[in-house]
Amino acid sequence: MTIDSDKIRSDFPILKTEVNGKPLVYLDNGATTQKPQSVIDTIVDYYTHYNSNIHRGAHHLSNLATEAHEEARKTVQSYINAASNREVIFTRGTTEAINLVAFSYGEAFVNPGDDVIVTEMDHHSNFVPWQMICERRGANFRTIPFDKNGNLRLDVFEKLLSEKTRIVAFNHVSNSLGTINPAKRIIKMAHDAGAAVLVDAAQSVQHVEHDVQDLDADFYAFSGHKIYGPTGIGVLYGKESWLDAIPPYQGGGEMIDQVSIEKTTYNKLPFKFEAGTPNIVGPIGLAAAIDYLNTMPFEEIRAYEDDLLEYGREQLLEIEGLTIYGNADQRTSILAFNIEGIHHYDLGTLLDTQGVAVRTGHHCTQPIMTALGISGTVRASLALYNNKEDIDALVSGIQKVRKMLGE
Amino acid sequence: MASIRENQAEIVEDFSFLPQWDERYSYLIELGQKMEPLPEAFKVEDNIVRGCQSTVWLHRECRDGRVILEADSDSLIVKGLAALLMKVFSGQPAEDVLKAELTFFEETGLDKHLSSQRANGLMAMIEQIKTFAVKCAEEK
Repeated sequence: MTIDSDKIRSDFPILKTEVNGKPLVYLDNGATTQKPQSVIDTIVDYYTHYNSNIHRGAHHLSNLATEAHEEARKTVQSYINAASNREVIFTRGTTEAINLVAFSYGEAFVNPGDDVIVTEMDHHSNFVPWQMICERRGANFRTIPFDKNGNLRLDVFEKLLSEKTRIVAFNHVSNSLGTINPAKRIIKMAHDAGAAVLVDAAQSVQHVEHDVQDLDADFYAFSGHKIYGPTGIGVLYGKESWLDAIPPYQGGGEMIDQVSIEKTTYNKLPFKFEAGTPNIVGPIGLAAAIDYLNTMPFEEIRAYEDDLLEYGREQLLEIEGLTIYGNADQRTSILAFNIEGIHHYDLGTLLDTQGVAVRTGHHCTQPIMTALGISGTVRASLALYNNKEDIDALVSGIQKVRKMLGE
Repeated sequence: MASIRENQAEIVEDFSFLPQWDERYSYLIELGQKMEPLPEAFKVEDNIVRGCQSTVWLHRECRDGRVILEADSDSLIVKGLAALLMKVFSGQPAEDVLKAELTFFEETGLDKHLSSQRANGLMAMIEQIKTFAVKCAEEK
C-alpha cells in the first residue's frame, strides 16, 4: 500500500488543531471534510491575484478568472468521466442539484398519476424535493425499503417499477448506514422500466466508483465540501439529452441568450442552468481538491479506507453493549452505533471534551431512524486522512465516557 | 427562598470550582441524576419540548402565583441543563420569572460550549417557562 498516512495528514493543516486541550480527532467527515493546504492556497491565490466576474468582462483579470473557472469544469468532467463539459452544472451543493432536477424534470415529465421512486435510506435532501414535486404534480411518491442489515430491498423495487415510473432517485452511499447501493443494477432496472435515474453521490464520489458513463446515470449530484473542496459549491451532472429536454430552474443573468419583452431564449449548456453570478472561486477550489486526490491512485485510497473501516468495526464491536447500525454487504466510511444505556447526544458531547469530533442525531434521515426504531445514532465517518490512531482515540474516548457516566 | 439572581450566582460559583469541561459535564450529569424522577403521568405529549433532539418533558404548574417546574430527559446532559433551569426558576413568583434575565449560561461559558442543537433545545425550554409564567401571573 502506497498511501502514506503521515504525509497525507501533514497536508491538512487543521489536523494540528487542539480541541479542549486535546489533539483534534476529526471523525465527522460525512458532514464535511477538511481541506488540504493546496485547496486553501488556491482560494487565497484567487482572491489575491485574479478575483473578477467571469464570462463577460472585457479585461485581463476577468479572462484569468473565466479560464480558471472553466478549466475547473473540465477537471470535474474528467473526474466523473462525463462525456462533455456541457454536462457539468455548478450548483451550491448536492441539495440544490437535486432540487434543480426535481423541479425541472418534474415540470417537463412528471404528470398526475405518475410514480416517483426514492429509497427509505435517502437523505432528506433526496427525499423531500421529490415529495414536493409529487405533491405539485399530483404524482405518487414511492419508497424502496431496506432490510435489517441496511441492504436495499431490490425485490420490492422490482415490484414498484412500472410504465408509470418517471424517475428513480437514490443515494449511492447512505450517509447514515454506509451502505454502498448496487448503483449499476438499480440504474439498469430503472432504465429497463423506461424511467430516468438520479444518483445522490454526496457520500460516494469521494469513496467509491464515480464514473457516470459506466454507471449510466442520467443525473448525478455531489458537493465540493465533502470531497476536500470548499463549501457552497456542488455539481450536477446530467446527460446532455436530458439537460436539453428539461426547462431552466432559475431565471436571471448568465442563463439567457436573448431577452425581449415578447420572449426570452435561453443560453446553451451548461449556462442554461447557472443563473446569476456563480460561485466563481468554488469550482476552482473544488478542482484543486480533485487535483489533490488525483495525486494518488483511487484504488489505493479505496483500499486504505476500506481497511480502516473494518479496523474501526472490529474495535468498536469489542465494546460491550455497542450496536453498529449498517451491516450491508457492501459498505464504506460510516461507523454508526449506539451504546446501551447511553444517549447518543451525551456520548457525542462527552467525546468532544476529549477532542473527538463525531456527529449525533438522526443525520437528516428520519425514515431510517423510524425503520430502526431509534431516535438517533453516534456517527463516526472516515476520510482519507484518518488513521488507526483516530479509531483508537474514539474507542478509548468511549471507555472514558462510560466511566464518567458510572457505567 | 433564594431569588433568581442568587440562584444564578450560585450556579456560576459551583462551575468556577470546576475548571475542566469534563468535570463540568460530570457535575451536570450528577445534577440531572439527583433530580426527582418525573412521574410517568407527566410524560405526555403536551409536556414535550420541541426543538430538542433528545426528548425533554417539562411539567408546569402554577401555585399561588408561583411557577413550579419538573423535568426529565432521556439525555443525561440535557437533564442536567434542565436541572439548572429548575434550580433557577422553580418555586419563583411568576412576575419574577417573566422579568428575569438569564445570565448564567454566559457566565459559566455553557453558551459557547453547547452545540447549537442543544442550545436550541434549552432556548425552547426557557421559552416554554416564560410563556407559562405569563399565564401563571394572569391567574393570580
